Amino acid sequence: MMAGRRVFLAALVFAAAWGIPAVAEDIGDAVRGETVFQRQCSACHQIGPEAVNRAGPRLNGIFGRRAGALADFSYSKAMARMGNDGLTWTLETLDAYVANPKALVSGTRMNYRGLADPQARAALLAYLREWSDRPRDIPEAEPTARKTDHDLDPAILGIKGDPAYGEYLSSECTTCHQRDGSDQGIPSIAAWPAEDFVVAMHAYKQKLRPHPVMQMMAGRLSDEEIAALAAYFSTLD
Amino acid sequence: MILTRRTILRTGLAATGLLYAPMVLGQAKPKVVVIGGGAGGATAARYLAKDSAGALDITLIEANPVYTTCFFSNLYLGGFREFESLQHGYDKVAAGGVSVINDMATAVDRAAKTVTLAGGQVLLYDRLILSPGIDFKDGSVPGWSLDVAEVMPHAYKAGPQTQLLKKMVEEMPQGGTFAMVAPPNPYRCPPGPYERISMVAHVLKQKNPTAKILVLDPKEKYSKQALFEEGWARHYDGMVEWVGPDFGGAAVEVRADTMEVVVEGEAQKVDVCNVIPGQVAGKIAAIAGVTDETGWAPVHPDTMKSKMDENIWVLGDSSAQGDMPKSGFSANSQAKVAAMTIRGELLQSKVFPARYSNTCWSLIAPDDGVKVGASYEPTPEKIASVESFISQTGEDAALRKATYEESLGWYAGITADIFG
Repeated sequence: MMAGRRVFLAALVFAAAWGIPAVAEDIGDAVRGETVFQRQCSACHQIGPEAVNRAGPRLNGIFGRRAGALADFSYSKAMARMGNDGLTWTLETLDAYVANPKALVSGTRMNYRGLADPQARAALLAYLREWSDRPRDIPEAEPTARKTDHDLDPAILGIKGDPAYGEYLSSECTTCHQRDGSDQGIPSIAAWPAEDFVVAMHAYKQKLRPHPVMQMMAGRLSDEEIAALAAYFSTLD
Repeated sequence: MILTRRTILRTGLAATGLLYAPMVLGQAKPKVVVIGGGAGGATAARYLAKDSAGALDITLIEANPVYTTCFFSNLYLGGFREFESLQHGYDKVAAGGVSVINDMATAVDRAAKTVTLAGGQVLLYDRLILSPGIDFKDGSVPGWSLDVAEVMPHAYKAGPQTQLLKKMVEEMPQGGTFAMVAPPNPYRCPPGPYERISMVAHVLKQKNPTAKILVLDPKEKYSKQALFEEGWARHYDGMVEWVGPDFGGAAVEVRADTMEVVVEGEAQKVDVCNVIPGQVAGKIAAIAGVTDETGWAPVHPDTMKSKMDENIWVLGDSSAQGDMPKSGFSANSQAKVAAMTIRGELLQSKVFPARYSNTCWSLIAPDDGVKVGASYEPTPEKIASVESFISQTGEDAALRKATYEESLGWYAGITADIFG
């Protein structure tokens, strides 16, 4: 494990040195995940277009579905209650459930001890994800990869305070916020004092400010990136 | 005689060796040709010009001197916008340092790196961007072809087709039926057909309240489904009937001469029939040989560069990149990554990690706007969705109104970003 981790870091340093863009991480190895599914799950669950309910519910379309939501399957009271309380199956909730079912849903009827190996779980989830809605067709569908932790960026890319980077990042803002400061439906951010900009973006990042588009945009900016953007926008007249 | 680019063009590109002469002499700037002046192509051309400060020779080929955006064209159908408000010229694109040619690209020679135009002109390129939008798949809906599009419009490339469909909706007989044959995945603008249903319902509610809307859909699910269903029940109760694949929505035939749709062997007369067929990449992508058996053009997720040719980039609807929906927002987002990576190759400028995002707003009724969006990152295999959000059912009227107003701001913003 340690060796693997070191190789990964070495690859990132290499990428940084050569300016190769960093990439997001896949959920896991879906090919291995199919084997995990066959060994661990298929006694009770089916998946795929022809799947039907067995001892457990069919698993196609599970990502983004409320817990206990299939009308034609009889769930435990505990699972139905979790669904009513708002439990939805996502990468995070499914990972927790597969790791230890009874920790997430105390009275679940799923009689499974849990899968301790995180890589095996990731592989399984990657396989299961292939049988749920595709974001290309249904944009609100659950993600298919794990977000890059953008707070790593400055160290990895050595781009701290790069004004060119601030301008490049700003091209994502100007799809909605006009560079010339027009203010119609979407507020102007041109010539905004840098300090106010930074405070506002962190409030979106922490989801204190409520707007979903801005939460998403700010959520993947590192502190240095927010500072670079603030500096860039504060110079626009 | 000193060889200049012009003399080479005049001599008709006789010898391939000559094509490289300007580079050898250090006279010419690297040439980027962009085919398609929509959200992908015009954005890429403008950003290349803006960020290269005259170091690149950029040419944009677009058939229409004035471009009509497909995004927001449903709002014109619903009476919320003037047609002219969807139209954009290329004056500012040209003023930004892009040579704009109003012509149609008819051939791409990847070996010689040339593009031939319908008018006969031949353009050399060092890098080529293809952003030609969509074309319709032959035989997608039995009985329908472009030949009957004047009777059963698609209105899925904005322009005269959109105006025709609006006229048909407004002139529909009282109590008549509007039918839509919805497209199979993947297609341009996932919520588009359902926003259109909302806009047609809005017009009919005022002018023709006993009319019916029939949606024949090959898909079991579609984007924002719960939001549209809630909105249709609230604003247009009983007007919209949606027929999914379990009840024949996937095997529809149309008869243009008798204005009929045939579902599960049963012919039904309708008054307006909007057929949105299955789609493929814009034709020039296939002509260039950068599409695969799916009809779309596969690209590398971190650059938008074609997987078939290292000198060609494919943007927007035509590309097969992974999780991003085919939308104007997506094309605009991809164009910025393409412009950056092309500059990196030609001018050795810095290349940053690719970032992509998309948001689709839809209008359900006056001041009742909803949205869906996601951010994306490249993985080794594809552009992958890493986070998404969607408007919720049961939101209050003030939020829906703010969402609609935000969409107006977005349209102003993105069209300024694309066309200057």
